[in-house]
Amino acid sequence: MALAFDEFGRPFIILKEQEQKTRLRGLDAQKTNIAAGKAVARILRTSLGPKGMDKMLQSPDGEVTITNDGATILEQMDVDNQIAKLMVELSRSQDYEIGDGTTGVVVMAGALLEQAEKLLDRGIHPIRIAEGYELASRIAFEHLERIAQKFEFGLSNTESLVQTCMTTLSSKIVNRCKRDLAEIAVQAVLAVADLERRDVNLDLIKVEGKVGGKLEDTELIYGITLDKDMSHPQMPKRIEDAKIAILTCPFEPPKPKTKHKVDIDTVEKFQTLRVQEQKYFDDMVQKCKDVGATLVICQWGFDDEANHLLMHRNLPAVRWVGGVELELIAIATGGRIVPRFQELTPEKLGKAGLVREKSFGTTKDRMLYIEHCANSRAVTVFIRGGNKMMIEETKRSIHDALCVARNLIRNNSIVYGGGSAEISCSIAVEAAADRYPGVEQVRSLSLHPPMFIFVNHCH
Amino acid sequence: MAIDRIFKDEASEEKGERARMASFIGAMAIADLVKTTLGPKGMDKILQSTGRGREVTVTNDGATILKSLHIDNPAAKVLVDISKVQDDEVGDGTTSVVVLAGELLREAEKLVNAKIHPMTIISGYRMAAECARDVLLQRVVDNKEDAEKFKSDLMKIARTTLSSKILSQDKEHFAQLAVDAVMRLKGSTNLESIQIIKKPGGSLKDSFLDEGFILDKKIGIGQPKRIENAKILVANTAMDTDKVKIYGARVRVDSMSKVAEIEGAEKEKMREKVQKIIAHGINCFINRQLIYNFPEELFADAGILAIEHADFEGIERLGLVTGGEIASTFDNPESVKLGYCKLIEEIMIGEDKLIHFSGCELGQACTIVLRGASHHVLDEAERSLHDALCVLSQTVNDSRVLLGGGWPEMVMAKEVDELARKTPGKKSHAIEAFSRALVAIPTTIADNAGLDSAELVAKLRAEHHKEGCTAGIDVISGSVGDMAELGISEAFKVKQAVLLSATEAAEMILRVDEIITCAPRRREDRM
Repeated sequence: MALAFDEFGRPFIILKEQEQKTRLRGLDAQKTNIAAGKAVARILRTSLGPKGMDKMLQSPDGEVTITNDGATILEQMDVDNQIAKLMVELSRSQDYEIGDGTTGVVVMAGALLEQAEKLLDRGIHPIRIAEGYELASRIAFEHLERIAQKFEFGLSNTESLVQTCMTTLSSKIVNRCKRDLAEIAVQAVLAVADLERRDVNLDLIKVEGKVGGKLEDTELIYGITLDKDMSHPQMPKRIEDAKIAILTCPFEPPKPKTKHKVDIDTVEKFQTLRVQEQKYFDDMVQKCKDVGATLVICQWGFDDEANHLLMHRNLPAVRWVGGVELELIAIATGGRIVPRFQELTPEKLGKAGLVREKSFGTTKDRMLYIEHCANSRAVTVFIRGGNKMMIEETKRSIHDALCVARNLIRNNSIVYGGGSAEISCSIAVEAAADRYPGVEQVRSLSLHPPMFIFVNHCH
Repeated sequence: MAIDRIFKDEASEEKGERARMASFIGAMAIADLVKTTLGPKGMDKILQSTGRGREVTVTNDGATILKSLHIDNPAAKVLVDISKVQDDEVGDGTTSVVVLAGELLREAEKLVNAKIHPMTIISGYRMAAECARDVLLQRVVDNKEDAEKFKSDLMKIARTTLSSKILSQDKEHFAQLAVDAVMRLKGSTNLESIQIIKKPGGSLKDSFLDEGFILDKKIGIGQPKRIENAKILVANTAMDTDKVKIYGARVRVDSMSKVAEIEGAEKEKMREKVQKIIAHGINCFINRQLIYNFPEELFADAGILAIEHADFEGIERLGLVTGGEIASTFDNPESVKLGYCKLIEEIMIGEDKLIHFSGCELGQACTIVLRGASHHVLDEAERSLHDALCVLSQTVNDSRVLLGGGWPEMVMAKEVDELARKTPGKKSHAIEAFSRALVAIPTTIADNAGLDSAELVAKLRAEHHKEGCTAGIDVISGSVGDMAELGISEAFKVKQAVLLSATEAAEMILRVDEIITCAPRRREDRM
């Protein structure tokens, strides 16, 4: 094997360091792989369906996550085996592309592998099994297309969208309020959907969570929430009809981008410098007021003097706002992000109907709500909940529901759930099996997923 | 054939029965830990930190105890989290929520052993929680209209909250203190405006509420110690060296005389600044940052009281109390709003000197001075007072009130029992279990008081079958008493939050059927 003999009879080694590698070949290798795949599927099996259970995962740092979502469970699971890693990737790609069905896909893969094991035992060559599977899946796919139904939806007729989202949410812990959450998800997606192009940009929907309150307090805000408060405690906490200047330059004396040193060598220069400084702040604030802004949102910070001037001249301001949020604000209010004070013009201001600061609970936690924006294409789903883990799980569930709604907008055909689609496909494949020689054994593959939903229910 | 482990080494997986047992045990252990602190006869716990200094904390507050523990069990972490959230949201009821969640899980374990599926239990619990909440909403009392009654409600709630803490010996005194402080807030839930100053010495009875504002600072040297009709400028500016703010500037000279000139220019700059400040016509100047000696001297010459290093929160509170604007520039003296108060003087509390502002315009902020025997007593007193203040400020907004002493729990338990009788199917077992869990809170209160809990609770239940009953557990006399007469009340918001959080936490833990633990991250032992 690893040793070969050349024409003179001298041995030479083909594979080095034979002791440190292990090698499984043939049937053994395949059985091991299948066992690994089955193990992963077995873990996820009990999470499937409305009566599916959650899993508690403890990360290496001690953080606890409780979740029902297949992709999350697999990601946090820290697997070592290569085949198991393949399953993790499978679930992850399902999550990226479609958003939902991450548990179902792994369970189905596991079921296929289980069936294949039985066929391997009977001596059928793996390539033939693979070919058979391909054929069967093509048949199932065509059948699915045939039984799918197109349905109409519009801004006023959202019932079918809501029902589909409710199906997604029914297997998660938030199913207590699945109607409300489904409605929130559908409204959010419809608000940002581009109905002509049939596409939805999920980046425009921000999902924010805050501990406290109850799950029922979750709401959709046609605007943006910022986890910041006004930069000066004495600034007004409520502004109506705000014109917002969105800046990415700090309210500080300008810093040239090249390395430089300013040398002071006489008293006069010292004093001129002083006067200059003051003028800078004055100019900056004056410019903002001149263009008619009633609220300033800045990516960087404010110097104390500038802060005070802002408050004095009655110009509320927010500092240290993150880049992503700034973009969302720009989109929502229809403003432009301005990098220099000189470029401020009235057209570049964003408009919002109402900006208010809201405080929560007994701590100093305050958030800014920017509502009734000019362009309502950016929305925020604001989640409240009893504890941190609940909020994380709700975020994941809403994300799934949003993806489902998005998929429906892209392609508005549905099939009925509860295992009916799977059984129907299974029947079609069985019928086809009789027609194609060699595919006989491949029938019963599709029956398994609905079986699991059934098993999870009756205990 | 060997199956490779799909997990890394040291990662473990627990399934089914074992997972459930691990979660239940963890949660119940935590609940049992804090159980003995519940109620007026509840005891405190001593927590010793493992950090340097081996600091000791003595406390009764559930959230504080749980926050300080290092816990491995993930289900227990869920409970610690809900306690913390209860603390942040409402302030009180942190122990009750953990005890209720623990009881719900204990009952659930029995049901699971009887082969009822956790999902059934969860839907049963949900129905029961809805029903309990509805019945509470029906029986709630709202006295918002009548100011007199409302104030007495607040007093009752404050007394009930404080009765399980170290302040219970002087609860009249402190309840009055807390209610006064909260009434001054006028509806805002921002407790930052109430400052709590701790000064060791004296006893708890010597604590008082000061209507003005006390700043824990000393007056500068050579400055007047008492000012009447003070006009105050509150500022946040650097009075040490007025730095040139343009980045990259530095002084570069070629002779000593030039250095002296520039130094003179700096001094001039500072002098100008002080002049501008004085031009505001003030007689008191309070700065958040340092005031160097030179400007201090200038202020003293002008007869102005200058105070430095008032911390950030202090400045905000000062702004609130005196009505002044927090300034950082001084170019427009006419338009800056000055603070005003009738009298500023230096007072002594214990051995320390403090500055006292009285007769302030907008009295929204106030100060509570706590005196006590030792630091531990003071810390615990502050925590208890903070709890009471939180509850009261929440009640001012949501003025619904319930009777206390186990009354709401018995009322809910009775309704939930009725619901169980009407529900067909296995869910009714879960609903019954919920009702049993609710009764555990009065049972715990009675147990902690050393009374015969089984006897008392049975008596209580019988009482509750009468219409319009207001009976609860009176631990002082050791029997069933009338809560309305005894004046024991609790805020509706607290009870509702306890109910909902505990149910949610129990649901979360029940839904888990597998625990996967990743390998702990390898790190050096930090001690």
